[in-house]
Order: sequence, then C-alpha cells, then structure tokens
Amino acid sequence: MSITVHLPTMLARLAGDTNALEASGDTVGEALTDVIARFPALGPRLRDDAGKPYGFVTFYLNDEDIRFHGGFEAPIADGDEVIVVPTVAGG
Amino acid sequence: MTATETTSVDHTHRLAELPELSTEELQRYSRHLLLPEVGLEGQRRLKAGRVLLVGAGGLGSPLGLYLAAAGVGHVGLVDFDVVDVTNLQRQVLHGTRDVGRSKLDSARDRLLDINPHVDLETYDTRLTSDNALEIVREYDVVVDGTDNFPTRYLVNDACVLTGRPNVYGSIFRFEGQASVFATADGPCYRCLFREPPPPGLVPSCAEGGVLGVLPGLIGTIQATETLKILLGIGTTLAGRLLLVDALRMQFRTLKLQRDPACPACGTRTLRELIDYEDFCGLRAVHSGPGVPEVTPAELVAWRARGDAIDLVDVREPGEWALGHLSGARHVPLGTVSSALGTFARDRTTVLYCKGGTRSAQAARILQDDGFTNVWSLTGGILRWRTEVDPTLPNY
Repeated sequence: MSITVHLPTMLARLAGDTNALEASGDTVGEALTDVIARFPALGPRLRDDAGKPYGFVTFYLNDEDIRFHGGFEAPIADGDEVIVVPTVAGG
Repeated sequence: MTATETTSVDHTHRLAELPELSTEELQRYSRHLLLPEVGLEGQRRLKAGRVLLVGAGGLGSPLGLYLAAAGVGHVGLVDFDVVDVTNLQRQVLHGTRDVGRSKLDSARDRLLDINPHVDLETYDTRLTSDNALEIVREYDVVVDGTDNFPTRYLVNDACVLTGRPNVYGSIFRFEGQASVFATADGPCYRCLFREPPPPGLVPSCAEGGVLGVLPGLIGTIQATETLKILLGIGTTLAGRLLLVDALRMQFRTLKLQRDPACPACGTRTLRELIDYEDFCGLRAVHSGPGVPEVTPAELVAWRARGDAIDLVDVREPGEWALGHLSGARHVPLGTVSSALGTFARDRTTVLYCKGGTRSAQAARILQDDGFTNVWSLTGGILRWRTEVDPTLPNY
C-alpha cells in the first residue's frame, strides 16, 4: 500500500524539509517504520523507545484519530493520508 | 467537586431578561443588527455574555480587540506579564508606548478605547490551581490564549469541572490549531493530547519563533467561535480540530472524539485541579536532580583562571544567530545525542540555552552516556546577559 504521511513543519526539517512523504506498509505503524527507516531522526519524535505512540503526538488516518481505530495497527489502503499532529503550546 | 457543573451559556434567556442597548450602542452595532443570525436579540445576548481570556499576548490580542468591538458585555483578562518590545511583532493589543507597562493596563486602555461599553475585569495573576475554578465560574466561556502546557491543562480541567466551553487555540512558527473543548458532549484537550511532552522537547515561540500574523489568524478563529457560542448560532469547532498551515495556506479539519479513558471528561476520575507543573514534569527540571549548575559569575571565574572549558550552546539555530557567548560552539539540543563524539570526557563541559531548561536536558543526555564533568549554566543566556554581557540581545 502506498500512502502519504503529512508532517508539520517542525518535523519536516528532520525529513529533508519535506512535509509530505510517500510511505508503504499495511498499517499506520508499518508506514511510520518505513518513513523512519529513511529519516531516522524522526523516530524519537513519532514514537517512544518501545515503538509505542506518545500521549503528545496524535496520528490521524485521513480525518480519523487512529487511537479509535486500532492505533498503530490501524490498516491502511492505497491513497490514504496519515497526518501527524504534534502538541504545541504557543500563544 | 462531585459532579460536573452544567455550562452556564444559557440561550433560553427570555428576551426581557437581556440587557437593553442604548441608542449609541444600536448605532455602533448596526452591522450586527442587520445580520438575521445576530439581530437585536443576538446583540443583547453578546452584551449579557461573559468571556474570560486567559493570556493577553499573541492570541489574546486579536481576541480582546474583536470581542470588545463585537460588544461582548463582560470580558475578564488574566495576565501577569509586562509588555516587552519583543511582543510587538504580534501582540497588536499593545503599542510601542506601552513597553514596560503591565499588559493588563495596556489592554484596558486599548479595549475601552475600542468599546467603552465593555465591562472589563482584570486579574493580575498567574492562573493557578488555587484560583482557576473561582475565576472561571464567573464566566460563560473561557478562551485559552496561554503559551505553556501547564496552564493549558489547567484551563482545560477547570473548564471540564465547571462545564464551561474552552475555546482553544495554539500556535508555533507557521502553524496553528483551534478547537472548542469541554462542551456538554464534546471532547476536551486531554482527549486530543493525553499528556504533555517532556520539558524542552517542544520549543516555545520564545525559543522557536512564530510568524507575527499567525496568532492573528488563530485568535480571530477563536473569537469567531466565542461569538457563535454566545449567540447560539452556526456550528462550532466542538468535535473538530482545525489545523492551519500558514506557510502553505492549508486548512485541514480533523474529527475529534471524546476519549472514554480521558480522566477529565471520560472516566471523570479527575475530580479536582492538580499540580500542573508537576504533571508537565517541570518540577523535576526546575530542581534539576543530578545536573550540577554553574552561575554566570562562577563561569566567568573559571574562564578567568584558564580552565579548559567546552562551552556549548544547545539552542536552536535562530537563537544562536541572534547572539551567543564568546568561545561557545553550537550543538542544538535535538542533535546532542548524535554529536556525543564531539564532546571530550576529560574536559569540563558547560551547556547553556535561553533559560536553563534545555541545557539541563542536554546535560542529562551526556550524564546518561557516562560524562561526569558536565554543568548547566543557571538562568541561561538571559541571566548571562543581565549579569555579564548586556550587549547580547534580549529575546
């Protein structure tokens, strides 16, 4: 499956200044693993040492929060979009 | 607190109970009165409305200006800061002549100039677990214009516990987020972000910068949502998260749902306000267990006696470019782990950042790798500027 992972600008600089990355895999987690293999610096910003999601970075598969659809195990289909939503506090 | 209070935005007010508008007000609000969705009744609802703005900074500026201009009758403003020249690039509530004044005094002058009909209540304090519920209960709607994680979780929890909608906005660099949390059936901030990031991982606008107009974009979205809530019209962002990317000028809306496991609005195990500094891990950083600190005066003495010191600036590149300590080299916090080979174990390493938080984190990374002679500069470059080198810029 080929999908697009959308990164916020704050993380894009760790991915060659690219906001949208093509990725492959059968689940959201596999797609992230694919992206992290190419841009290792992204790894610790997207998931913890055990490969689990953080509580301060939320992932969307299209417009749905993956936590309610199996988390990193959520299945993906061709053309899907994964949107990384990091917490920010500026005001 | 044993039960969540119900929201105080009551749209069942009988018309006769709403405040009257004077002839001057009827003229002032004529463009609202022409809107069928607002009209005379809506404008009277706005006059009856009570909105608490937490923060009179980047987001609070457009919020205050537009809510006052729109005729919201009662506006509360919480802030304890003083206008700084670095605020003026985005905090349009304040002007050059206000530098050095309290933000509340500056805001009062500007807002009452825009609309003298506004009843403005100012709270010259930090919002805390001790005062938040009491203050929040005085209002119908709370708008989060704060700039730090502890206060954001505090605002959220206070809103959930008191049943007040939390009109959320948050910004960083070129991107922003907005939503409406803590409505009767909707999700809250904790449903979106279960926990805060560890201190220092996510830079603040003071560290990472922010496009000046961005709080204008997000703050006006928050103001729009606030007015809709008071008027009871339209569809708010409750249950949706708006992402704004100003660099690409892309707006994206994602679905938000209440997390059944959310301690605030799901399981409701959170029955009172907590210690939010502790929740955000800031106590541990402030007390800095295990990370030795060196004051600016001590570092000056070390350098004067010729100690071999590896002085390392762990701030972001933009901060480094603004100015740095002489003799320092630059290793941003995010790259310390991969740059361990550049540090010498037999030398004294002194790390510094803006205020001391990130340098303590960097020191801990080195300590974890077995470095023993590692120090964090107390108070960072800002304290160095005050005590040693006033030619460095304040930022």
